[in-house]
Amino acid sequence: MTASHIAAIDQGTTSSRCILFDADGRIVAVEQQEHSQVFPQPGWVEHDAAEIWTRVRSVVRGALERAGLTAADVRAVGITNQRETTVLWDRHTGVPVHHAIVWQDTRTEALCRELGRNVGQDRFRRETGLPLASYFAGPKIRWLLDHVEGLRERAEAGDVLFGTMDSWLIWNLTGGVDGGRHVTDVTNASRTLLMNLHTLQWDERIAESIGVPLAMLPEIRSSAEVYGEAVGDLAGVPVAAALGDQQAALFGQTCFAAGEAKSTYGTGTFLLLNTGEKIVHSYHGLLTTVGFRIGDQPPVYALEGSIAVTGSLVQWLRDQLGIISTAAEVETLAGTVEDNGGAYVVPAFSGLFAPYWRSDARGVITGLTRYVTKGHLARAVLEATAWQTREVVDAMEKDSGVTLTALKVDGGMTSNNLLMQNIADVLDVPVERPYVAETTALGAAYAAGLAVGFWDGPETLRANWHRAAEWTPKMAADTREREHRNWLKAVERTMGWIDQDEQPEA
Amino acid sequence: MPGAIQSLSRAAAILRLLAGGERRLGLSEVAAGLGLAKGTAHGILRTLQQEGFVEQDPESGKYQLGAELLRLGQSYLDVHELRARALVWADDLARAAGETVYLGVLHQRGVLVVHHVFRPDDSRQVLEVGSMQPLHATALGKVLLAYDPVARGELGDGPWEAFTARTVTEPAALDAQCALVRERGWADAVEETWEGVASVAALIRDRRRNPVGAVCASGAVETVCGPDGAVRPSLVASVRTAARAISRDLGAHRF
Repeated sequence: MTASHIAAIDQGTTSSRCILFDADGRIVAVEQQEHSQVFPQPGWVEHDAAEIWTRVRSVVRGALERAGLTAADVRAVGITNQRETTVLWDRHTGVPVHHAIVWQDTRTEALCRELGRNVGQDRFRRETGLPLASYFAGPKIRWLLDHVEGLRERAEAGDVLFGTMDSWLIWNLTGGVDGGRHVTDVTNASRTLLMNLHTLQWDERIAESIGVPLAMLPEIRSSAEVYGEAVGDLAGVPVAAALGDQQAALFGQTCFAAGEAKSTYGTGTFLLLNTGEKIVHSYHGLLTTVGFRIGDQPPVYALEGSIAVTGSLVQWLRDQLGIISTAAEVETLAGTVEDNGGAYVVPAFSGLFAPYWRSDARGVITGLTRYVTKGHLARAVLEATAWQTREVVDAMEKDSGVTLTALKVDGGMTSNNLLMQNIADVLDVPVERPYVAETTALGAAYAAGLAVGFWDGPETLRANWHRAAEWTPKMAADTREREHRNWLKAVERTMGWIDQDEQPEA
Repeated sequence: MPGAIQSLSRAAAILRLLAGGERRLGLSEVAAGLGLAKGTAHGILRTLQQEGFVEQDPESGKYQLGAELLRLGQSYLDVHELRARALVWADDLARAAGETVYLGVLHQRGVLVVHHVFRPDDSRQVLEVGSMQPLHATALGKVLLAYDPVARGELGDGPWEAFTARTVTEPAALDAQCALVRERGWADAVEETWEGVASVAALIRDRRRNPVGAVCASGAVETVCGPDGAVRPSLVASVRTAARAISRDLGAHRF
C-alpha cells in the first residue's frame, strides 16, 4: 500500500476546488476554478451542473499535476459541497434537465408558505429539524417538477434523478450513465426537508406532502464509507466521504464530541454545536441537523445557528458608507477609540434571524450622541458580530443544556484580532483558531481517510489539530453585563419597524 | 536654515510651484517663477523626472507633477491588511518550522508585533499581538533597521540596553550587522533578547518594493540553531520563502 494522500473535492457556491492532503493533514496542492452564476430574475440563483462537473474534473487533474501525483498516490477521495443546491438529471443521458437551483434562491417562498398549510413553517420540524424555508431542497424539487414540461411523469417513471451537489458528483465520479452510484450522505439529506432525523431515511409522508416521487431520490448513506470506485482521472480511487460544507468544517475542526462547537466567520456566519447522539429540538429558532455519521456507527447530531450579516456588515461600511477602503481597515479605525462610545449597530438588514425570527425588524444604529465618531461606529460594527454570536450560543445552551467551554473559529474574519478578542470577551470563553488548513476540505479528507483506514481513528485526527492562536476573555463581568443589556435594548429598537401593510410580498 | 541642501530646497520649491496654479509649466516659467537660472532649473527638473516626481508632456514640453508623488502619498500599508495577507503564509511557516512566528512593523522606535502564530505544540501560549520588541536586540528589529535609514537615524548612537550578554549595544557593531543583513537578506538574533531564545527574520516588501515589515521564526536556541551554534540554514530558507510569499501577495515582484 503506497498511496499516501487523500483528495478532497470542495464544491462551493462560487468555485470548485481540489485539495490534496498528506498523512499529517497538511496541504500538498490546491487547484481552484470558479463557475458561472446565473440570475434569471431577482431572487433567483442558478448553476449549470454540467459546467460544475467539468470544473471539478479539471481541478482534480490540475491538483494532481501540481503535486506531481497520479491516481495511484491517492488513497481515497472525499466530497464537501454547497448544501441544498438542487440538480435533477436524466438517468439515461446524464444531462441535467434544468439549471441547478442554488440554496440562496428564494423562488420557493410562496410554495413553502402554501406547504405550511394551517400549521405554518414548523409543519415538518419534528421529523426533519427544519422550518419550511426556501433554502431547502425538497420544495426546489417540487418547483422543478411543476415548471419543467413533462418532468413529473419522467420522475415518476424513474427516468430523472435528484441530487444535491454531493450526489451529482458521486454519480459522475463513479461512472455516470455507465453504472454511477446514486447516493447521498446523511448530512446532505438532512437539508432536503425530506429526511426523517430519527430513521435517517426518506420520510414517505413528507415526500408525498411536498410532492416528490421517492423513485428519484438517492439512497441515503453514512458520511464516511466507500460509495464506489472512481473512473477517469481518479480511476480506481474509492469515493469514500461526503459532507455538507458546514458539517465538513465541524469535522475538520475535530469537533467530534458532544459540546464542541465551531463558528465559521465569512460574509455570514455558521455556528454548529455537536450534540452527540441526541436529537435536540430547538425552541429558539435553531436548526437540528445531522453533524456526521461514520460508517455504521451511530449518527452524531448538531444544532446549527446562522447569522446572516457579519462580514457583510464590514463590507457595508466599506462599500455603502465608504468609511474604510479595505475590510481589514475596520480594525485600524476601531483601534482609534477605546470603546463603542455608547453606539450600537444591529444589522437586521432583512429582519432578525435566530433566536428572534422577526421579519418586521430592520437595522438600527442607536445610542448616537455628538461624541460618537466613525471609530466608535467601526467598533460597534465588530461588536455586532460578537453579540450575534453570543445570542446564537445562548440559544444553543438553552436548547441543549450544554455549556460551551471554548469556541473553535475559522473563516476570513479570523484575521481580525480585535473581533476575535471581542468574541472571547462577550462569550466569556476562550476562542481558538487552528492553523489555516482549509477546515472544510480537511473535514471531507478526514472522513474519506477514516473510511478506508488511512487514519485509524478520531484521536489521530485530533493530534493533527493545532492551535495557531487563542484569545482569552479579558472583559470585566460587570462591563460584559452592561454591554449585553445595551445590546438587547438596541435589538428591541429594531422590531416592528415594518408595518403589517408594507410587509414585502415575499 | 543652517545645513539645508540648496538643490533639495529648490526641488521642493519646484514641486510646490507645479502643485499650485497652472499645474503645467514650461522650463522658462519654472525658472522665472523661482528666480533660477534656466540651466539650474533644467537640471533639477530632469532629476525629478528620473525619479518619477515630475513628468514632461511630450507635445508641449511642459512639466507637471508625476505619478510617483501620488503613490508615495498612498504607500502607507494598513497593518491589519498586512496581517490578513500574511495569515496563510505565517501559518505555513510556523507549521513547517515548528516554531513561533511573529510579524513586526516599525513603530515609535521599536518593533510593533502585528501578528503572532503559536508554536504548533499546543502548549499554553499567550497572544502577543500589540506588544513591542526592541529594535537593536531582535531579528525583526535588525531587518527593519537595515532597510530604513530614517529609523536607524532616530535610534541614535547608543549605547543601548543590554538584555543579555550577547545584546549588541554599540552603534558600530549594529551598523556592521545591518550591512550584513542587507548583503545576505536576513537577520538573526541568538540569545540577544532573551537567554535561550533565537530567531531569524526577513524583510517584507510591498508592490513598489518598499519595506513594510518583517517576518520571523523564533524558538529555543537548541532547535533554531545547529550544533555549530549558527542558525540552521533550512530555517533561514523557510523564513525567506515566507517573506517572499507575503511580499508577492502584497503585489511585489520576484526579488
